[in-house]
Amino acid sequence: MNTIIDFINRYYKEILHYTSRHIYLVFVSVAIGIVIAVPLGILLSRHKKIAEPVIAGISAFQTIPGLVLLGFSMMIFGIGIKPAIIVLSLYSLLPILRNTYTGLIGVDASLKDAAKGIGMTKNEILFKVELPLSVSTIISGIRISTIYIISWATLAGLIGAGGLGDLIWIGLSTYSKDYILAGTIPAALLALIVSNLLELLQKLITPKGLKVKR
Amino acid sequence: MIEFKNVTKKYGDTVILKDLSFRIKEGQFVVLIGPSGCGKTTTLRCINRLIKPNKGEILVRGKNIADINPVDLRRNIGYVIQQIGLFPNMTIEQNISLVPKLLKKSKDECIKISKDLLQLVDMSYEEYAKKYPSQLSGGQQQRIGVLRALAASPYIVLMDEPFGALDPMTRELLQDEVKKIQKKLKKTIVFVTHDMDEALRLADIIIFMDKGKIVQMATPEEMLSNPASELIEGFLGKHINNLVNLKASEFMKTKLLKVTKDKKVLESIEYMKNKEVSSVIVIDDDEKYLGTVQIEEIKKRGKAGNTIENLIKEDNFTVNINSDAKDAFNILLENSLPYVVVLNDDNKPAGIITKTSMAKAMGDKLWGDEA
Repeated sequence: MNTIIDFINRYYKEILHYTSRHIYLVFVSVAIGIVIAVPLGILLSRHKKIAEPVIAGISAFQTIPGLVLLGFSMMIFGIGIKPAIIVLSLYSLLPILRNTYTGLIGVDASLKDAAKGIGMTKNEILFKVELPLSVSTIISGIRISTIYIISWATLAGLIGAGGLGDLIWIGLSTYSKDYILAGTIPAALLALIVSNLLELLQKLITPKGLKVKR
Repeated sequence: MIEFKNVTKKYGDTVILKDLSFRIKEGQFVVLIGPSGCGKTTTLRCINRLIKPNKGEILVRGKNIADINPVDLRRNIGYVIQQIGLFPNMTIEQNISLVPKLLKKSKDECIKISKDLLQLVDMSYEEYAKKYPSQLSGGQQQRIGVLRALAASPYIVLMDEPFGALDPMTRELLQDEVKKIQKKLKKTIVFVTHDMDEALRLADIIIFMDKGKIVQMATPEEMLSNPASELIEGFLGKHINNLVNLKASEFMKTKLLKVTKDKKVLESIEYMKNKEVSSVIVIDDDEKYLGTVQIEEIKKRGKAGNTIENLIKEDNFTVNINSDAKDAFNILLENSLPYVVVLNDDNKPAGIITKTSMAKAMGDKLWGDEA
């Protein structure tokens, strides 16, 4: 135990450095994932016939082991942060996409009918009715994605993207327990903190009318 | 106001609306009714272009709606649905003023609209404006649904079974309110229901549809007195079948207090006292009807020992047993009589119709014998 504390005292700057890099990797990847998956989910909710095959395709993609994909990405895009972010973004897509899609198609059909019937345009229906009513589901998708990506991003160290993965790989290759823990504990804490923050955000952003009861 | 010209709607090979043509006048409360699958809801949804017909034209205020932008069209036509469809993420006020807001009305105008409309259904702005739909009862929610449809002062309001999911008491309350509002604001309302009670209660004109066609378009009175088909009769059910063609025999009380004309005066008084009645029917030896005798008459002119023969009142109102019950009612009510005597074809008294027997028989017909 003392050795770990000593280790932290000595290397906390490095740990902070790797952690911030890790956060950066996760943040950028999930942001790209959101920017692609939410609009794609909206699009699919309007074309239900193609939705299932598209989501099935992305699910199948998700079954490819992360390591394999990172390897491929490195072969195409070289070493560094770029191939890592590309792969992590791809992995972040599915939960966000699936939740956006199910959230939107889960909005009560009679509400959509009423909205259309009283003369709302498609965009007005989307922004005033559908999105407010599914925002909670969408954020929970983002939360799941982010937790995944925090853990998967440790693999990105392998292709030179940096982050807490670096510490873990150093630890594994030198049989150093301290390095391994220095990489895994911040990653685990990060996942917990982000998960809780997003849960809080989800509560805050859910429309009040969906929370109040008589 | 609203005119359908040879409107046909098909889904694949299934014909929903068959060459439908009709015209609705401004300010009328029109109820579309018929069995499920008759096309009534489809007809309604064609009016605000939620459904596009395959053939034919629909004119609203003389304009073909196919030439009007559907969003603009719908903002000028109120829309109320059975599922209510209030947006749960918006307050009551936001729900009501949604369309005015979309039409870019100012904030003050929107507030005024909400206030005025809430007042219309006796709901206070202060209490309800900031509440959410989930905090209201079903009846209150649908009131707001109706108000939302009225908010942009549309000239037409479409209602698709708006009260179908409410309990009977709330439903009646809302029916009355809607009828009141319609009269006050002079809106043209097209209302879909499968409930004939509701149709009779609300409609100026009932359009009865079956298999995508109009079977009858008439006022409630016309439809009641002259239903165009057996199906409509079935729908009118309790309102017509049993009541319109009822015979006097079905309404009469058959327990009769009869005396023969040679009964003595004192005997008759005793008999009437025992039975606690103020008059009895008098018959001759062949049991034929002669008239009635009133207790006052006996007291005034009767002499002990005499028969009641010369005390008989002969100008009583009688009806034949096969005549319409309606005739008996009219006689009973117009002359404010205690009863009308019903006679067989051979002039023998068969029964009497009193207000009580009439009410009881009508109750039986309306609600079944158990009532």
